Amino acid sequence: MLGKLTLSAIPYNDPIIMGAVGGSILLAVAILALITWYGKWSYLWNEWLTSLDHKRIGVMYLILALIMLLRGLSDAIMMRGQQALAVGSSHGFLPPWHFDQVFTAHGTIMILFMAMPFIAGLMNVIVPQQIGARDVAFPFMNSLSLWLTVAGALLVMVSLGVGDFSKCGWSGYPPLSEKAYSPGVGVDYWLWSIQIAGVASLMTAINFFVTILRMRAPGMKFMRMPLFTWATFFTTILMVCSFPVLTVVLALLALDRYLGMHFFTNTLGGNMMMYVNLFWMWGHPEVYIVVLPSFGIFSEVVSTFSSKRLFGYKSLVYATGAITLLSFGVWLHHFFTMGAGPDVNAFFGITTMMIAVPTGVKIFNWLFTMYRGRVRMTVPMYWTLGFIVSFSLGGAAGVLMGVPPADFVIHNSLFLVAHFHTMLITGTLFGLIAGYSYWFPKMTGFRLNEKWGKRAFFFWLIGFYLAFGPLYVLGLMGMPRRMWHYSNPAWHPWLLVAAGGTALIVIGTILLIVQLVVSIRERQSALDLTGDPHDGRTLEWATSSPPPIYNFAEIPVVRDIDAFTDMKERGVAYVRPGQYRDIEIPKNSGAGFIIGVLTFLLGFALIWYIWWLAASCAAGILLIVIGRSFVEDIHRIIPAPEIERIEEQRYRKLEAAT
Amino acid sequence: MRRKGYFVLVGLASLFVAVILGGCDKVVLLDPKGPIGDAERNLILEALGLMMIVVIPVIIMALWFPRRYSASNKKAPYTPKWNSSPRLEVIVWLVPIVIVTILGYLAWSKSHQLDPYRPIERGVKPINVQVVAMDWKWLFIYPDRNIAVVNKLVFPVGVPVSFKITSDTVMNSFFIPQLGSQMYAMAGMVGRLHLEADKPGVYYGQSQQFSGNGYAYMRFPAQAVSRKEFEGWLKKVEKSPYKLDSARFKELEKPSTNNPVMYFSSVEPGLFALIVKHFVPMNPVASVAAPGSIDVAKSASGGH
Repeated sequence: MLGKLTLSAIPYNDPIIMGAVGGSILLAVAILALITWYGKWSYLWNEWLTSLDHKRIGVMYLILALIMLLRGLSDAIMMRGQQALAVGSSHGFLPPWHFDQVFTAHGTIMILFMAMPFIAGLMNVIVPQQIGARDVAFPFMNSLSLWLTVAGALLVMVSLGVGDFSKCGWSGYPPLSEKAYSPGVGVDYWLWSIQIAGVASLMTAINFFVTILRMRAPGMKFMRMPLFTWATFFTTILMVCSFPVLTVVLALLALDRYLGMHFFTNTLGGNMMMYVNLFWMWGHPEVYIVVLPSFGIFSEVVSTFSSKRLFGYKSLVYATGAITLLSFGVWLHHFFTMGAGPDVNAFFGITTMMIAVPTGVKIFNWLFTMYRGRVRMTVPMYWTLGFIVSFSLGGAAGVLMGVPPADFVIHNSLFLVAHFHTMLITGTLFGLIAGYSYWFPKMTGFRLNEKWGKRAFFFWLIGFYLAFGPLYVLGLMGMPRRMWHYSNPAWHPWLLVAAGGTALIVIGTILLIVQLVVSIRERQSALDLTGDPHDGRTLEWATSSPPPIYNFAEIPVVRDIDAFTDMKERGVAYVRPGQYRDIEIPKNSGAGFIIGVLTFLLGFALIWYIWWLAASCAAGILLIVIGRSFVEDIHRIIPAPEIERIEEQRYRKLEAAT
Repeated sequence: MRRKGYFVLVGLASLFVAVILGGCDKVVLLDPKGPIGDAERNLILEALGLMMIVVIPVIIMALWFPRRYSASNKKAPYTPKWNSSPRLEVIVWLVPIVIVTILGYLAWSKSHQLDPYRPIERGVKPINVQVVAMDWKWLFIYPDRNIAVVNKLVFPVGVPVSFKITSDTVMNSFFIPQLGSQMYAMAGMVGRLHLEADKPGVYYGQSQQFSGNGYAYMRFPAQAVSRKEFEGWLKKVEKSPYKLDSARFKELEKPSTNNPVMYFSSVEPGLFALIVKHFVPMNPVASVAAPGSIDVAKSASGGH
């Protein structure tokens, strides 16, 4: 009846796990109780869970990203804590089977359930507004992507209390991840959660690719698109081309595990390096999938807060395109030590280094955008400058690892860990936090507190250097990654410093939450009445904050790269349209949410071999998708007088502000 | 106040570098004990030096521009519409291209010079060692003397060591940091690696590829000794009462951590080839596809 699932799957005798599970359950119960207490269930259902509004969906992605950031961070605390203690005769507080789950969960969560939803969230909120559109191309698919991502994340969370998570690292290399060496449900949790999230990402990519191609405002030619839109566009190309590879490689591994096939097994003709090749054919573009949107954000932030046009717009676009193309030709640098010949290694080494050229160009262009500008040192600018300095150093480390013989000694060491955390923390995460601070008023109608924002930044920056500087040194001291215990006492002091740095990062994260709470409490003094709090340059600042569901009462006509600056200069920025027209917007739909729930159950059933549940969930999903495709009444009309009423409110606010 | 901040920053950075260089004997990759490691250390320092040509100006500009062109500094020039300069753009593309070209040349030539499969030319016969990664220990077979050792590697100084590497379990990576390059150990395949120590000492080796529960214990002393000491050690192993026959090997295959050093005075003939073959299917097409198959034939006949 319940497949492999029995009561013994719950690790009730492990205080650390049970503490985390108990905490999560308490938190969830508290939230549900609060919703019930305030009678907000129908509000939640009607305004959020079933919403097809891209801005609401975006905010829900951001909430998911924040929750998963906290989960991933607590994994990081455990790892750094364990390695600070487990030297020589001390074995720390985590046994190896637990430590191995922690680093696997940390990687999986941070990349697929923190960075990806964060990016999807910002894309959702901003891209349609930036191109002067009223929604994305496929609003229902958008909601479906969100709920599938949530389903995947939920599976990872459930693995905490029911069964266990994979112990094979986030990249899940076979044969270790095969049934012969990992017979439990851990690998299956990992496999199905990222399989589901991968499908969601692919749908998001298709959605935004089409949105950007087809729904730009009149006059917005390709070479007038804002850099964040460009970055999103190239990112979606990367996603569309690479995510199917992940889907296939995971499917093959699932066939090995479930049906006893031999794609990647040790025996009977399986080949683990086939998996490793395929995994990184997705995995390397994935690195750029998470970093290109941040590059786009930095471009917007630097230009806005330097009050100056972006330097070398075309260079930046071509550089982004070059990175997109090149990123498909470097995957082998993740395993130079496989024993491929020197020709193959050198080829992939050189393509890897070539990526440094367009990346370097981008950095110079941001610098020259500040040159002869009027730089306002706001919170997003702090994150941007922290990025430029750290990313240059981390990039140098990356190019170094692109030289195959250098990689022969630093591969899989903590030097590598330090390198990719420099790229992912200062590149991806700093960019996403900069974007969050920059666009927060657009999402909510009030600004974030600057003072707490700067404090959070400095804790993050200093914490980052203290946490990862020592890891570079440890790599050069020969320390491999993923050690739950070690006996070399020379490593110990550096790991203590790294643990201290992690503590500062934790404080930085708490300060980000403090900033959010303080900003919400003091919102009356930081209201954004104009919709343009930063003297913005692109179209998202032309709407009110937060924008009405239809974004633009009248679609703007674009005449320049900095479309909104141009409108302000020509004095047409806030002109009332001659006549309001009816606007058609998508109706709410609960189908996405329900499919999300069913997919979660499907994943859970597959993990525990509960076949009747798996079959019924799959059938249910299929029926809903077919049923939904027969629904023709999917739009509702907002009549012109209603729009006039909303818009007049906005003009009154504008007048009050000026 | 601000200037003081910069001094503190520069001070901390120099302290960091000083500590790394000062503690060189602990920073093993910067203190290699053999020709391969030496070449790789030099390559790392050269490549980093080249990249600093770009990185340092970028950091200076990133810290200087926002101050120089701060919104509060109304005296600084302000050109809100200036967005391109052909001369600057050429420099911006050209400088990284030139550096990457030099690095690319370096990568190409060094990849060939330091190819792990390439034997080290010394005019002396290399020591052959067959390496088997197991759960969770290392088995070293010396085929020329037909002896085997678990979790300890001994070899003479100044003589190249020629490794053949495979795995009897999941993937591992065979690595002695102070001697240079690592190589994956994969079941059914044979990887090659050539290393040499030019100073006597005990250098720790380890697995550099996560391999499960006992991964942290896949650590072994790699001892470089004089020729005479090496001969003495071989004799000592040859006197061991234990023999690595197939029954004993079955025993050894059981997962264990913190395995003590074990000496075997004789080894089942062709054991290494048998371990490799065990994973290679009988299908001739597939065995040709496996990179180790040719080596298997050679080592099975005992020739090198």
